[in-house]
Amino acid sequence: MLRDITLGQYIPGTSLLHRLDPRTKILGSILYILALFIVDDLPGYLVITVFSLVLVALSGLPWRYVLRGVRPIFYIVLFTLVLNFFLTPGRVVWELGPLKATEEGIRLGIFMGWRLLLLVLTTSLLTLTSSPIALTDGIEYLLTPFRGLGVPAHELAMMMTIALRFIPTLLEETDKIMKAQMARGADFETGNIVQRARGMIPLLVPLFVGAFRRADDLATAMEARCYRGGVGRTRLRELKFAARDYVALAVSVLLVAFSLADRLLP
Amino acid sequence: MPIRVVDVSYTYQPGTPFAATALKGINLTINEGEFLGLIGHTGSGKSTLIQHLNGLLVPTEGQVLVDGVDTRVRATRRAIRQKVGLVFQYPEHQLFEETVAKDVGFGPRNLGLTEDEVEERVEEALAMVGLDAAKYGPRSPFDLSGGEMRRVAIAGVLAMRPQYLVLDEPTAGLDPRGRDEILGELADLHKRLGLTVILVSHSMEDVARLVDRLVVLHRGRVAAEGKPRELFQRAEELKRLGLGIPQITEFMRRFSELHPGARTDILTVEEAVEEILRHLRRRGHA
Ligand SMILES: Nc1ncnc2c1ncn2[C@@H]1O[C@H](COP(=O)(O)OP(=O)(O)O)[C@@H](O)[C@H]1O
Ligand SMILES: [Mg+2]
Repeated sequence: MLRDITLGQYIPGTSLLHRLDPRTKILGSILYILALFIVDDLPGYLVITVFSLVLVALSGLPWRYVLRGVRPIFYIVLFTLVLNFFLTPGRVVWELGPLKATEEGIRLGIFMGWRLLLLVLTTSLLTLTSSPIALTDGIEYLLTPFRGLGVPAHELAMMMTIALRFIPTLLEETDKIMKAQMARGADFETGNIVQRARGMIPLLVPLFVGAFRRADDLATAMEARCYRGGVGRTRLRELKFAARDYVALAVSVLLVAFSLADRLLP
Repeated sequence: MPIRVVDVSYTYQPGTPFAATALKGINLTINEGEFLGLIGHTGSGKSTLIQHLNGLLVPTEGQVLVDGVDTRVRATRRAIRQKVGLVFQYPEHQLFEETVAKDVGFGPRNLGLTEDEVEERVEEALAMVGLDAAKYGPRSPFDLSGGEMRRVAIAGVLAMRPQYLVLDEPTAGLDPRGRDEILGELADLHKRLGLTVILVSHSMEDVARLVDRLVVLHRGRVAAEGKPRELFQRAEELKRLGLGIPQITEFMRRFSELHPGARTDILTVEEAVEEILRHLRRRGHA
């Protein structure tokens, strides 16, 4: 049940995307999102869609698995479609009582929904192909120049590492506690909203108690190994850009350039 | 009526790169009134198997019949969960109520019993695990010692009055005294109430003395099965499966190498003492 969530999941591999430097992937994702929000017509969307599908192919991950990751946002996409259909002013093509769907609305809705799908699909590749450690390393490197401005780069990265590290543990724990309470006749699936909220207590209390216990243990273990924050720490794995990283970044910049051209040129 | 596990296979997260087959073609019958030990190396599939016994997991292939009813049937799943009480590993992690009495009463309340009945069951269940309801009932479960918390959690399942009691490594992480107390209480419940007990463990020392029958799991299959005394005669085979035999049984096997004729199907120190004395006496006569 809970394990079906692919968001934030990492699948080890040796594909080109796996081997890229995490900084490249983070910057590339940002540039991709930029491009995705700049393009505004059909040819632009088609190009960026093909680009996204090529990325999925390059990741070497099973198509079905990657596509399944998009499933959770299905309702958000549907919501976006409906909202845009009916709330955009323009030429009315269809009426349902007080609701008027406009041609402009349909166009906008489809583009927005399409954009959301691509956004989730492609950014999920970032976590699918980078280990959490590599990702936080990348973020720490990228944030280091801002240290002078008071950004606690190392501490932020450490907090993220720990949070990411404990997501699977918490999911596992949730699964186990749910089952244990179900074995005592607890019901998490039926009833009205108040009953359901109350029904969560037997799950949430043990979950919080467990999380605090873990946090406490972890803090003790880190202190026992003399952890004192980022000052003067060296690292085991130094990140280094390879030729492929420069190529990937160049391609990302080109994508943004294309999207700008797409929007600005008629 | 028994629990029957028929050709059961189970795969976690099928259709993903993480698919893991935890059970492969398991066949097993658990008879009423039996004390069954389920033993195997970590990762052998013990926890997966017992979650099938009350329908928390349903088989990918095959079927599980509890008193003849398939656990796949949704309508009867609730009844099956009441009938087959399942105590998870580290059950104290599931405590959540303000008081011990409320926590133990969670199950009975979910069964829709009246407050009087719930109270009666709470007292009964706490007594079964050797805790005094008057003393412990009003306390917070989070203030208890590890061993006490565990017993409260077990009482929480006993309060459902299950016919079958399944426990996943109930002694994990307890000190020797806590371990002996819990195992003693289980043996007592089995003997006094005729409760069917299924005890999961990775330690032969724990289960050997208690159970009527042992089932050994290895990589998701039943690798061996039999009465402990018979099974321990196949020590080499068990060692290959990553399981030892109880130290005292091992001791008697070595003893009999030096003193041919001494029995080796020994499970407790008391039995060993008796056998050694008998053996020495007999030799003395000869
Ligand atoms: N929730 C899960 N998701 C995926 N694999 C699992 C899950 N739970 C257990 N497994 C795998 O199934 C196998 C059997 O596990 P388990 O039944 O917990 O064994 P045991 O209780 O004997 O230690 C192991 O290989 C384990 O990694
Ligand atoms: Mg287990």
